[in-house]
Parts: sequence; C-alpha cells; structure tokens
Amino acid sequence: MLADIPAALMLVGLAAYTVLAGADFGAGFWTLVPGGGRASSAATRDHARHAMGPVWEANHVWLIFVLVVCWTAYPVAFASITSTLSVPFFIAAVGGILRGASYALRGQLDASSGRRLVECVFALSSIMTPFALGTVVGAIAAGRVPVGNARGEAFGSWLNPTSVLIGTLAVATSSYLAAVYLAADARRLGEHALERDFRVRALVLGFVAGALAIAALAVVRADAPLLWSGLTSGAGLAMVCASAAAGLLTLLLVLRRRFEPARASAVGAVGAIVAGWAFAQYPRFLPGLTVEQAAAGPSTLSAVVIGVGAGAMVLIPALTLLFGLFLRGHLDAHGSVEALAADLPRGPAKGRAPRLGWLAITCLLAGCALLVVSDSGWAHAVSVVSLFASVPSAFVLAVDIPSDMPGSPISREGEHRHE
Amino acid sequence: MVNVILATAAAAFAPVDQHYLFQARQMQALSLAVHIPLVCFGIAFPSLVLFAEWRSLRTGDPLFRTLARRWSKVMLALFAVGVVTGTILSLELGLLWPGFMAAFGNVFGLGFVLEGISFFVEAIFIAIYVYGWERLPPRLHFLSGFPVVVAGVAGSLFVISVNGWMNQPTGFALAGGVATDVQPWSALFASRYFWHEFVHMYFAGYVVAGFLLASAYAWRFLRGSPDRYERAALTIALSAAAVAAPVQIVIGDWAAREVAKAQPVKLAAMEGLARTTPGAPVHVLGWFDGDQVVYGIEIPRLLSLLAFHNASATVQGLDSVPPAERPPVNVVRFAFQTMVGIGTLLAILSAVYLFVRFRHKRLPTSRWFYRAVLTAGPLSVVALIAGWITTEVGRQPWVVYGVMRTSAAVTGAYGIPIGYGTLILVYLLLAGALVWTLRRLAAAPLDAAAAPALATARLAPSESRESSHAR
Repeated sequence: MLADIPAALMLVGLAAYTVLAGADFGAGFWTLVPGGGRASSAATRDHARHAMGPVWEANHVWLIFVLVVCWTAYPVAFASITSTLSVPFFIAAVGGILRGASYALRGQLDASSGRRLVECVFALSSIMTPFALGTVVGAIAAGRVPVGNARGEAFGSWLNPTSVLIGTLAVATSSYLAAVYLAADARRLGEHALERDFRVRALVLGFVAGALAIAALAVVRADAPLLWSGLTSGAGLAMVCASAAAGLLTLLLVLRRRFEPARASAVGAVGAIVAGWAFAQYPRFLPGLTVEQAAAGPSTLSAVVIGVGAGAMVLIPALTLLFGLFLRGHLDAHGSVEALAADLPRGPAKGRAPRLGWLAITCLLAGCALLVVSDSGWAHAVSVVSLFASVPSAFVLAVDIPSDMPGSPISREGEHRHE
Repeated sequence: MVNVILATAAAAFAPVDQHYLFQARQMQALSLAVHIPLVCFGIAFPSLVLFAEWRSLRTGDPLFRTLARRWSKVMLALFAVGVVTGTILSLELGLLWPGFMAAFGNVFGLGFVLEGISFFVEAIFIAIYVYGWERLPPRLHFLSGFPVVVAGVAGSLFVISVNGWMNQPTGFALAGGVATDVQPWSALFASRYFWHEFVHMYFAGYVVAGFLLASAYAWRFLRGSPDRYERAALTIALSAAAVAAPVQIVIGDWAAREVAKAQPVKLAAMEGLARTTPGAPVHVLGWFDGDQVVYGIEIPRLLSLLAFHNASATVQGLDSVPPAERPPVNVVRFAFQTMVGIGTLLAILSAVYLFVRFRHKRLPTSRWFYRAVLTAGPLSVVALIAGWITTEVGRQPWVVYGVMRTSAAVTGAYGIPIGYGTLILVYLLLAGALVWTLRRLAAAPLDAAAAPALATARLAPSESRESSHAR
C-alpha cells in the first residue's frame, strides 16, 4: 500500500506534465507551421509564444518532480530505466536545452536577423523532446527495460513499433492540446481570426491524435501482448473508454466553440490515457520487478509521502493562484491596466543608520570570533545567525547612507524637474 | 522476499567496466559548471530585486521600480535557463551514474524531492511576480516576491544537503551492496558537514551574482558618464557582493577546518601534503611532483595552525591511505589555490569599495576601480567553479565518501564520448548565442525590451510613462 503511493504521485505528476508542458511543446509545434489560417504567421507565432509565458517554468518542473520521486522511492527501477534508455533521455535533454535557450533568447530579439533561426530551433526542439519522452514511455510500457545497469538494447529498446508510435502520439497530443488551449486564449483576448484558425487546427489534430491512438492499440496488440491485455481488461479498459469518450466530447465542444469546457475535457482525455497505461501495467514496473519489489524501505517511502504532502499544502494553493490569475488573463502581456502607486509613502527613513551600523559591526565581530575560535556546533549556529544579521545590515547601509550627499549614486541630482 | 529481490537487483548493478569513466565525470562536471552560476542568481537575485522594489515603495522613486522591473525580467530568463540545466543534471544522475542511484537513491533522494518542491514554489511565484507588475496592487506584488526568495534559498539548501551526505555519508547500513535501515531525514539534515557547505555557497551566491551584475554596469561607467539609473544599479549590486566577499574568508576558514576533521585526505590533496606531518606548512603556488610541492612559497606550521588551531598539530598526509584512494592532487590543489586567490582579491576590492563608500560617502572615481569590478564578475564565477572542483574532485575516487567508488557508480552504456561531445557543442552554441545577445543588448542597452523606460533622469517626462504616473 505504502509502496504504491509514490507511484500514484508520479502518475499525477506525469499526467500534469503531459497536459501542461505537453501543451507548451504543442505551442512550439504551431510556431513551426503557423501558416494556412486567416491570421498572419507572425500573429500566430506571437500568440503561441505569449500564451505559455507565465506558466512555462512551472509546467516543466513537473518532469523534475516525477524524476526525483522515482529515484527516491524506486531507485533500482529508475537506474535501470535511465541507463538502458540513455539515448532518448539524452535527446530529450538536448531538446530541452535548445528549447529553453531559444525561448529565453527569443524574448530578447524583437526584429533582428537571428530571429527566424531561433524560432526554428525552438519549434524543432519542441517536437524532438516530447517524441523522445514518448518513446521512453513506450519502452517501459512494452517491457523492454530489463533490471540492471544498461542491460537493455541501446536502440531497440526505444526504436520499436510501440515506442515510435507512442512518441508520435505524444507529439500529436501535445499539438492537439495546444490548439485547444490557444483557441480558448484567443477567444479570451478577442482575437477572432486566431480563434477560428486554432479551432480548425484543434479539430484536425483531434482526429489525427484519435487515429494514432487507435493505430497504437493495434500495434500494441502485436508488439506488446502484456500491455494489450492490460489495456483491454478491468481498469485499463475503463480508462481507455473514458479517454475515447472525453476525446469525442472535446471535438464536439470545439466544434460548438465552447473552448473553456473543451480545455477541461481535453485534459481529461489525455490524463485518462496516462492513467490507463498505469493500470494496464500495474503491478508490473519492469519485467520481473513489481512496484512493491522496486520500492525503497518504509522509512524512505514515508519520508517521500510526508515531504510531498507538506509541499502540497503550499503547492496546491499556489498553483491554484497561478492558474487562476493566468486563465482569467491577469498575467497577459497584452494591454495594461496600470495599478500604479500614486499614493505611496515617500521619503527615506532617517535616523536609523547609526543603530543599524552598530548592529552590523557587533554581529560581524561576534559572528567571526565564534566561527574562528570555537569548534562547537552551537557556537557555529549562533555565529552564522549573527553573520546573517550583520551582512544585510551592512548592505542596506552601503546602499543607502549617503543618499542625500552630492555625488552619491542615487541622489536626486538631475531630477529637479520632478521636485 | 523483497530483500532477496533487491539483492538480486543490486547484483544487476555490480560495477561495470566503463572505458570512459573520465569522460562521464567531465560531462557531469560540465553540466554542473553551467548550472552553478545560475544557482547563484537563484539564491541572490530575488532578494536584490525585492530590495529595489522595497526602496520604490518606501521612497516613491520610480527609478527603483524601473530597476526592479528590469532585473526581474533578467531574473526570469535566468530562472528559465536554470530549469533546463537543472533538468539536465537530474537526468544525468540516472544516465551516467545508475549504480549510485540504484544503491543510494533511497537515502539521499528525499533531498531532491524537497528541492523539487522548492523549485516548484519558486517557478510559480516568479511567474506571478514578473508577469504581475502591472496587474497586482503594489504591496501584494511586493509580497508575491517573498516565496521566490525563500524557495530559492531552500532549494539550494536541500541540494547541498545531498552533497553534504555524499561527503559524509550517514543514516544507513550496508547489506550486500544495498542500503538498508535507511533514515533519510537524519542522513541529510543531522550531518554536521553540510552546514558549512551551505553557508559558503549562500554567500558565494551574493558574491557571484553581485559582482556579475556590477561588471555589467562597471562597463557603462568606463564607457562614459553613467546616469542615475546605472549608478543605483551598480551600487546595489556591488554593495551586496562587497559585504559578502570579506565574510567569505571567515566562512572558508570554517569550511577548511570541517574538511580537516571529516576528510583529511581531501585536505592533504588541497595542500599537497604527501606525508603525515606534525606542524605542517602551507605552500602558496608551486606544483605537486608526486612527493612534495616544488617551486612553492612555504609558510611553516600554518596548515596545522589553520586546520587545528595548534601550530604543532599533526596533519594527515596522502600517505595515510593507499594510492588508489587518493584524489588527483594537482587538480584539487590548483582549484583550491585559485578559489582562495580570487576570493582574497575580491575581498580586497570589496574593502576598497566599502571604505570609499562609508568614509567618503560616494562611489569610487578611479577608472582602475571600475576595471577591477569589470573583471571581478567573471573571476568570481571562476572562483565558484574552482571551489566546487575542490570539493568534488577532492572527494574522488569516491562518489559516496569511503563507501562507493565513482567507478562502481558509472553506467554500462556505450557512447559516453558521443554524449559528451554533443553536450560540449550545444553549450558552445549557447555561449555563442549568449555573447551575441549581450553584445546586441550592450549596443542598445536601453531598448524597448526594458519596458516602461525611466532610462535616465534626463529623459523628458513625456517619454517616461512611469515617472509621470508616480507623480
């Protein structure tokens, strides 16, 4: 029981990564093929790029979360997976570097010659990374990762029918999710041409992803019989059906231009696929290794559960806040509602400098003396606290004290117009 | 039953014959060297940005608001790159060191779980902060920056707790190559070793981020007369670095004493001490020829005095362990001397700055001072990386000190040189792109990307939207 909880947490993380970061990858895909719609290519690219701005970083931390929970709770399984599948993981990693860098760079380039190249790198890496990660999922699902240090095939493990099809499905699903989200965003921003374009794209990609999913089932039947039997019975089957139903519902909603509910049902469709995979292979983790056998001892497992549980108390409200602000458009880069501070208090604080100075000097001397002279842990703790009190005080003084002196860096010289 | 299976699994991770162990280590080192300067910004930048915003809230001076806004954009870009390089590092732990992960993931993994959660909190609030400038009420916006500060510090604390554990492993028992009886909390946080590492790194964060930022503005000082904005930016960045750099010497002394206690062989490698010696000397510069330091300046008894506060204390030499258990002396020693040398120069520069600042209540005027600041940024990064080389290479040949050799941790997969070569190419490409972008930004330092520009106090009010709002 305890052994399964981290696996469930990983599954939640993986589902979140798929529907959130997946849509970011998909937005990258649409920057590669921005044409063919009513809106201009440039507008389409800008829309795709802006839409992921505020949530980009948070979305990609999900992968780190899945990795760290895996290696803590199931160390042997983690090491087997990463060592056998080092090639696709490395491709995903390089894709991640190129993607992150080109995204950061793109923000600095508004109209210069290198822009197209950077955009191209961004789009291609947005396809490369989900494909590689999809093949990893395929390799694990098809049971091609034996337990041990790089015991599986270096290429056959992830370049096989199941893996390649799941990699392709990952790219298609990402693009599909992105199209649905981008249509919803365009509606919110009142961009009708973009809304129309992404509605058509969502419909097309919805059919493509559905067709690929059916093809994947056929391939799995031939290539990975164990997975097939899991997907066609019990909870696995229920999830496959739920995913299909949610997928159809999404198409219907997109067709009727109800984008916000479509966003939710698209998430449901993709989340159900991930859950279906998990049910299909449970309790198998790797060939010859069940989840329970792979699990670390109870002390580690409970530490993970406690750590993640405590983290969730902070993370869930924080994520709710972020996505609440984001989905209601409060973090949009477009337009601006200046909430500026006309009524802010003014005037620098005076008369506190001498006290702060004495605090800084006393704490510095005490901290240094204790750290150098004593060897006891408590003395070191006290000295570190003293240093942490002293150094910021000195910093504030170094920045602030001379603010009324002529020639000081932040004096108000040259600002007489404002005074 | 479960134990039997795990023991079998552990046998599947028996040491392999990996021809490219050295390349695997270099690949990991390269990735760390790229990531670590970003960590410094993660530790220090949020509080500097918040300081600027706090000044703007207190004084109503729009200059500080502009400064905080611009810096926050840089902060977000650096964080985004940090997410990527951090993901690479976590993948590489599995790709390159499966033996280590399989055997001890259950002991130290908790540190990374907690770090992952901190990273999450940081990512969420950094987005709210940076994208919320025009949307959130000023005080709420200011508050939304605090979780970023806390999470940045907490994240580095958790990662360093893992490094502390690798250097002083506790909290488990070994049975047939598998860690059993695992106590993850005390393994990570009851270890005495990690505290000095954390405090040293925390201050390094301010030294590196502060000097790097100051470098950028020092360049403007050298090119012409800096405006009010640039002077304020330089003052904040340089003050942060200058108050941290001298204290770093005291913390470094503490760190060295902890190393002397917990890892005497690492200390012997740092100092090139071949034989266990009472009243051991320190050698400045020079070269370790396999038996002693040649061409160095010897300071008698200083090592004993520094390490044990007793000029005639006996210091363990490299000969206290068999040759196969010694780290590569010259690498460790050269890295250590580089860190100490640069650290000392940075502390002197800081002292000059603080003296002029407090005594004359102005910024230094000498061009030489700004030339020194210009070089201090890159040099501080060199010192940072040299410090990590000292502690990481100094731990060799162990990945878990005294418990597991790095050669027993490495992957059995082929193709490490291909991966390493690719990574070098990609990072070179990135470095090129970064230099190119910086040159562009330098050519037009106050371009539109910097948003509502209160570029200089000399701008006409009509050009400065924010200043007119703040009036």
